[in-house]
Amino acid sequence: MPRSERVVENLNAALHRVFAEDESAYLIGEDLADPYGGAFKVGKGLSTKYPGRVLSTPLSESGFVGVANGLALTGNTVFAEIMFGDFAFLAFDQLCNFAAKSVSMYGSRQELRMVVRCPVGGHRGYGPTHSQAVQKHFMGVPNLALYELTPFHDSADVFAEMVGRGEPCIHFEDKTLYGTRRWTEGTDDLFEFGFAGARREYGTAQPRVGSGDADCVIIATGGTAPLALQAARKLFLEAETVCRLVVPSRLYPLDLSPVEGMLARARRIVVVEEGVAGGTWGADVAQEIYERMWESLSGRVRLVHSDSSVIPSAAHLEREVLVQAEDIEKTVREALAR
Amino acid sequence: MLDASTTTAPRVAGPAEPADDDLELLLLIRHFELSLLDLFSAGKLNGTTHTCLGQEHVPVALGPLLGEGDYVFSNHRGHGHYLARFRDPEGLLAEIMGRQGAVCDGVGGSQHILRGRYLSTGVQGESLPVAVGTGLHLKRHEPGSLALVHIGDGTWGEGSVYEALNMAQLWRVPVVVAVENNGIAQSTPAALQMAGSIEGRVTGMGIAYRRIESCDVHDIRTAVEADVEQVRATNRPLVLEFSVPRVGPHSKGDDTRTQEELADARSRDWYEVYGRRFPEGFARADARLRERVSQVTRDVDARPLSEWRDACLAPSA
Ligand SMILES: Cc1ncc(C[n+]2csc(CCOP(=O)(O)OP(=O)(O)O)c2C)c(N)n1
Repeated sequence: MPRSERVVENLNAALHRVFAEDESAYLIGEDLADPYGGAFKVGKGLSTKYPGRVLSTPLSESGFVGVANGLALTGNTVFAEIMFGDFAFLAFDQLCNFAAKSVSMYGSRQELRMVVRCPVGGHRGYGPTHSQAVQKHFMGVPNLALYELTPFHDSADVFAEMVGRGEPCIHFEDKTLYGTRRWTEGTDDLFEFGFAGARREYGTAQPRVGSGDADCVIIATGGTAPLALQAARKLFLEAETVCRLVVPSRLYPLDLSPVEGMLARARRIVVVEEGVAGGTWGADVAQEIYERMWESLSGRVRLVHSDSSVIPSAAHLEREVLVQAEDIEKTVREALAR
Repeated sequence: MLDASTTTAPRVAGPAEPADDDLELLLLIRHFELSLLDLFSAGKLNGTTHTCLGQEHVPVALGPLLGEGDYVFSNHRGHGHYLARFRDPEGLLAEIMGRQGAVCDGVGGSQHILRGRYLSTGVQGESLPVAVGTGLHLKRHEPGSLALVHIGDGTWGEGSVYEALNMAQLWRVPVVVAVENNGIAQSTPAALQMAGSIEGRVTGMGIAYRRIESCDVHDIRTAVEADVEQVRATNRPLVLEFSVPRVGPHSKGDDTRTQEELADARSRDWYEVYGRRFPEGFARADARLRERVSQVTRDVDARPLSEWRDACLAPSA
C-alpha cells in the first residue's frame, strides 16, 4: 500500500486542526503540557500553540472528566485524554451518569460536544492494569457513542463526526497503532484498501484478485485490524482463501447496513476484538447479523477474543493471552472446514 | 475544631424583621415541601423526594448575591434552590408529579432539573468537577460570574469533591461551595462519617472558608457578601459551611433520630425563630403562603400528564 504518515502523526494533526478551526476546543488530561505532550504524544505542540486551552491536570480522572463535562455544558468542544484506558473506570460516573444521561434526562436534548480519548490494549508489556481493551464496559449506554481508531480512517474526519454528534463519545485508540503507518486507499502487492459506506463507516481490505464473493468476512476492531490483515494475507497465500477485512470506525451505536450486502454473500463471518469474552461488542455484532440475515446465513458467526485472563507483563505470557494473528487464521480455517 | 454533630443555637435576637420578599420566599419553600410530604402520603408522588425543611434560608440568603450569569448546581435536596432562583412552584411541582408544564417534562423529576443556568443531579459530589469546568468557562468568557454548588456534609465522603476543590484552587476558578451541614447523611450522623472537619480539609488546600451558624437571612447575607464579591474579583474558590437543622426526614418516613434530636433540630429552625420573633406578621404571611401553595397543588394535580417531547432513548446512528 502507498507509504503514509504514522497514525500518531495523523491523530496529532487532527487535534491541531480541531484547535485551529474551533476557538472553543479544549484538551484536558494528565501530562499534556509540552515538551511531554501526553503519554503517547498525541497532544504534542498543542499546549505551546494554545496555552489556555490545554489543561494538564492533577491525577484526577473523575475530576477532570467532570471539568470536561462543565466545559461541554457551557458550549465548548472538549477532548479529554485518559492516559491508559484502564483508568477510564475512575471516570465512569462522570461519563455515564453525567455526560451520557445529561443529553436526555432533562427532557429536551442537551448538546454536549465531548470526546474522551482512551489509549487501550496490550502487546506492549505494560501489564494487567495498563493494557486492557476496555471497550465492552462502555457498550450500550444511551447517548454515549463509541469509536475506535483504525489504520484506515483519517482521524480528522472521525473527530469531526464525533464532535458533530453533540453527545459524548469515547475514542478508543489501540496503543499498537500509534507508531504504525496508516493504510491509505489503493493497493499493495496483494490487497486492495478502501472504504464501505457513504460516510466511510467501514475500512475494507480484500485480495486484489478475489473480485467475487469472499470465503470469509472478518470484522475486526481498529486495534486488531493489523492482526486480521496478517491472517488474511497468510490464508490467501497459503490456501487461496479469500478473506475480506471490514473495520468499523464506530462501535456503538452499531450500524451494519453499509456492509450488509457483503456480509450476506460471505460463506463465513468471523468477528475479532481484543477484549475477553462475555458481554462483548463482538456478541452484539453477531446478534445484529442474526437479526438482519438469519435466513440467508450459511453458518454461525464466530467470535475471536483474548483469553479470559488478566494481561501478564512478561512478553511470552502476554502473547499467550492476547489475540494473535494465528488465532484469527485458525478460526477462519475451522469455520471454512465445516 | 468544629464538630459537625454539635448543635449550635442560632442567634435569637436579630437586628430586623426579614424583608417581605425573603419571608415570602422562605414560606413558599416551606409550604411547598410540606405539601410534597402530604402528596407523598396520599400516594400521589412517584419514587422519592427529599425536602429541604429547615434549610430553606440558605438559598434564600444567597439568592440576591447571585446574578443571572451565575450558575447554580444543586443536589438531591434541591427544591429550595430551584424556588429561590425561579419562584416557579408550578413548574417544579409539575416536574415532580409528572404533569404538563413540568420543567423537564417529568423526565428528571425531583433530583434532575436543568433550566438555564441551573442544574441539579442526584449523584453526590458529581456536580463539583462540573462546576469547576463551568467556572473555567465563565472566567474566560464572562469574568465576574461564578458557579455556586450546594452539597451536604455527607458528600464530603466523595473523592470528586477533593479533586474538584484542588483544581479550583490550583487554577483559580470562581466556584462557591455552599455546604449545608445538617449533621446527618440519610441515617448516618456526621460523627460516624467524617474524620476531622470540613474547615480543616478546605483550609488544608488554602481555600477561603467561612462557617455560618445563623439562620437569619439578613445576617447571613451581611456575613458572606464580601466573600462572594472576592470570588468574582479574584477567581478564588470559596467554601461556605452553613450549620443547618434537618427538620424533616431524609426522604419520606425514614427519620431514625431520637425525639430529643428532632426537638433540637426544630428549635434551630428559622421557622420557629422568626415565628417567635415576629409572631403577628409571620402568622399572616404563613397563612397566605400556605394557601398559595395549596392552590398551586390543586392546579397542578388537575393537569394532564406530561409528555416527553424530545425523547431520545438511544443515540441516533
Ligand atoms: C454517589 C451517591 N451515593 C449515595 C447516594 C444516596 N444518597 C442520597 S442523599 C444521601 C445522603 C447525603 O447526605 P448529605 O450530603 O449530608 O446531604 P443531606 O441529605 O443531608 O442533605 C445519600 C447517601 C447518592 N445519591 N449518590
